[in-house]
Amino acid sequence: MGLTYRDYLREELFPQMWCAGCSHGISLTAVARAMAALKLDPAETVVVTGIGCWGKADDYFKTHSFHGTHGRALSFATGIKVANPRLKVLVLMGDGDGVTIGGNHFIHTARRNIDVTAVITNNFNYGMTGGQYSSSSPEGTISTTSLYGTAEPGFDICELARAAGATYVARTTPYHVTQMDKLLAEAIQHKGFSVVEIISSCPTFFARYNYKVTAVEMMRLFKERAVDRERYDALTAAEKAGCFLTGRLHREEKEDFHTKYARLQQQAKARAEREVV
Amino acid sequence: MVKAKISEIVILGERCKECAICLEFCPRQVLAANDDNKPVVKNIENCSGCRLCEYRCPDLAITVKRKEEATHG
Repeated sequence: MGLTYRDYLREELFPQMWCAGCSHGISLTAVARAMAALKLDPAETVVVTGIGCWGKADDYFKTHSFHGTHGRALSFATGIKVANPRLKVLVLMGDGDGVTIGGNHFIHTARRNIDVTAVITNNFNYGMTGGQYSSSSPEGTISTTSLYGTAEPGFDICELARAAGATYVARTTPYHVTQMDKLLAEAIQHKGFSVVEIISSCPTFFARYNYKVTAVEMMRLFKERAVDRERYDALTAAEKAGCFLTGRLHREEKEDFHTKYARLQQQAKARAEREVV
Repeated sequence: MVKAKISEIVILGERCKECAICLEFCPRQVLAANDDNKPVVKNIENCSGCRLCEYRCPDLAITVKRKEEATHG
């Protein structure tokens, strides 16, 4: 078809709705570039979102889109994929949508190894509703609901995904756009539940409250603090706390839900026919 | 060595939100801010056509056209 990444985006709606310097715009175009690299047919691709700043991302794609309720994007995606396994289903969620309000759906989509791709932009807070802390906010996070710091530790989304059964897990940052493009394409191609966590900046709330920095300085922080597995393993525990482990963190070949279900259906039909005879 | 004028950079000022990410992270300092804090092309001869400014722009305000594309329109 020869589509460029811009052909997957509704450019007439730009500039998009996000704040100046918000990394969601970078993640958005990276998803489009992955679609173009894989030559996805827009008529066979569905972008599913829930609620939140990143939940608005589906508006900007020229693919099919489904904008569901908060935290339930993966449930809708499961239904869409099970009804029509031919479709490529991308689920765009934030940390609130993906692992806080939608935490239960997240672990069960991973457990079932549903063949959809979750792109989780983790900005460590609920941006759209005014900067409340989420389940991924690190301990001590200053937010509008924790003025003196949170008392609870945050989820490691990639560890959670892997433990729950996701068969492809990766993490990247908006500074590392080339890596982001590559990991997103790998994840979309992967057969089974794939998760790409994009460490994101919320210049309006999280970055301002916790680092007192601008969008540019958040990008610099991503540049300095993102480390690959080899470098990460050499760090002390204290040093690890200030870094983001990035790159492809897990990949395994495992029969996905739809393939397994189709096989079970065939076996059940064959058995039923034998029993009738 | 950097070859002269291998790219053309088109910037749509009306889409720009002045976040300055493109200005800060261009590996070759091709862009500079104008009086409105929006990017303008300053040293096109330094541009390697890496497209990082385009890919890191959250608002699709920058398009890098490589020379062959530029000459074909």
